[in-house]
Amino acid sequence: MSKKRIVIIGASSAIAEHCARLWVSEAADFLLVGRDLSRVQRVADDLRVRSLQSAIETVQIDFLDADAISSLAQQAGQSPIDIVLIAHGDLPVQQSCEQDIHVAEAALQINGVSPALFAEAFSKQLAQQGRGTLALIGSVAGDRGRKANYVYGAGKGMVERYAQGLQHRFAYTGIKIVLIKPGPTATPMTAHLPSSGLAAVDQVARAIVKAIEAGKPVAYVPAKWQLIMLIVQHLPRWIFHKLNI
Amino acid sequence: MVAISAWGRLGTADHHMQPLADRTRIKTEITGQRQGLAFGMGRSYGDVCLNPGGTLWDLRSLDRFIAFDEQTGCLRCESGTLLREIQRFGVTRGWMLPVVPGTQYVTVGGAIANDVHGKNHHRHGCFGDHVTQLTLARTSGEVITCRPGDTMFAATVGGLGLTGVIVEAELQLRRVPGPWLEVETHPFEDLQEFFTLADASEADWEHTVSWIDCLHPSGRGIFMRANPVAVNQPAPPPRADIRFPFVPPISLVNRLSLRPFNAMYYRLKKTQARQLQHYEQFFHPLDRIQDWNRLYGPRGFYQYQCVLPREVGAAGVQTLLKTISSAGMGSFLAVLKTFGQRDAVGMLSFARPGVTLALDFPNVGAPTLAVFERLDAIVMEAGGRLYPAKDARMSRALFEAGYPRLNEFLPLRDAGISSAMSRRLLGN
Repeated sequence: MSKKRIVIIGASSAIAEHCARLWVSEAADFLLVGRDLSRVQRVADDLRVRSLQSAIETVQIDFLDADAISSLAQQAGQSPIDIVLIAHGDLPVQQSCEQDIHVAEAALQINGVSPALFAEAFSKQLAQQGRGTLALIGSVAGDRGRKANYVYGAGKGMVERYAQGLQHRFAYTGIKIVLIKPGPTATPMTAHLPSSGLAAVDQVARAIVKAIEAGKPVAYVPAKWQLIMLIVQHLPRWIFHKLNI
Repeated sequence: MVAISAWGRLGTADHHMQPLADRTRIKTEITGQRQGLAFGMGRSYGDVCLNPGGTLWDLRSLDRFIAFDEQTGCLRCESGTLLREIQRFGVTRGWMLPVVPGTQYVTVGGAIANDVHGKNHHRHGCFGDHVTQLTLARTSGEVITCRPGDTMFAATVGGLGLTGVIVEAELQLRRVPGPWLEVETHPFEDLQEFFTLADASEADWEHTVSWIDCLHPSGRGIFMRANPVAVNQPAPPPRADIRFPFVPPISLVNRLSLRPFNAMYYRLKKTQARQLQHYEQFFHPLDRIQDWNRLYGPRGFYQYQCVLPREVGAAGVQTLLKTISSAGMGSFLAVLKTFGQRDAVGMLSFARPGVTLALDFPNVGAPTLAVFERLDAIVMEAGGRLYPAKDARMSRALFEAGYPRLNEFLPLRDAGISSAMSRRLLGN
């Protein structure tokens, strides 16, 4: 099997980094894209140690700049791409979003608009190739708006709608769109939460890599969240509104 | 605030968790008002990794490799890297960590701060003996790079996290023929036999360790010795770990279960003479059972680990075992091992020439602590010491008596760092 070429947006996110470690164990070429070049370079150094056979490029761009996103995708598409993983996100403090509308705005931009634009730009490249997998990291938080984190949830919900639309658009083609919905995962983003309910990031990454390999349209990781969210989504409003979640 | 407990599960305490995931920013991130403490996997048993009411700097995401020289086996990595990652990475390239403790779910930083040892102390010393350089961030904003021979290096290796936050380390790995070990098992009927076996094995066997039946008055047990071996056999596919699924309402290790279990284990092991084992199976058998510490029920457990000088070791261990077996306490997780004739690098490193006994005790409250008081007296009398990584209750007097370089260490502490243990044993 030939070496895969993988583009990762938000490459210094813990989940993305752990996916990359799994991919690199069989050697792959990477384009790592981040908001902070020095952080992405540290990820790249780690991957280089793990695999001497992998070629790893790093790029820093503004994640909210549509032109930059579009030209990045064009450049990246000059050689064939096997997988695009759009992984970036920020978990804002819900109360801060309610107090300061700019915090809410920034959270919606980075969790919703930005991944959608990356998906749009890269799906154009995949369409030209006629093949490839585009994976987006959504969240169980996107399944139903909850008072505990609906700003983040709304952003992730947008990712889900976008993924659905792309799946419809590319149905019956060689292009697969994979929506990953992780439950709460132990990463620096969730360090302020009790660790007992958090999934281990390496296990989440393993499930993601498997879902991408299989081209699964929607993957809850860990899988138990599929059942939990099925219940949460279907709770009647009068019960749901009594819950403190 | 997040409730955190150490591996012994003796209680939980609320902490502010602050992730440190970017090594270039750590020096500015730890200069806050509140005293903090570096936290990794929380695998130390007592209170060395806790800072109740304060900050824990969570280093678990600071886990990147930085550079590796395949010719020399020199690995640079961030301090939150798990030993398991290094082993799995290295073994396929013919390089492994020279020293590993009983679990590989510990970070490099934790292994250095507790200067952990393994089954090959007589051959390769402690973890800190193979650290060739480390980078330390102090809460003053200073970043120090230190090497063997430097005062700050000797303070930080085994320094219980109190000299600063270890940011990265350079480790000298060791050439290995592969993942396999040739393991021999020898039953022994008493301590005399144990010491004879241990002494006879040290020259030709890299790893030696014993399981000991803590309820048996003469100190019978199973002696294991192993050497890395070149076998042209592929490593087994990694087996899925099992998880201890819940906390039972009472400790499953108790007076009723311990005696039959020990007897059964002894008989079972007695018949296995020689076998080939994968390194994970030999070094880390308990790692297969995630959350095995739940076994001891809601009150948790203590581990008591001491080292006694060799001159008084045989008699001392005998007295310790008698005390434990007459109290009917202890657990089947009991380990006896001789340490080699070498001094550790760190000022507060635990390992020293002699013999070490490690034993779990389900926490049953006052009776457990009363037994420890009696064990402490024996250790003190013998001129031995306890292992801080395992401890939750030793007295200041015993700590001071056991660690003669303490006064050299104290001025090198970082004033912005404090732990439950430092407050208990050092006053702040």
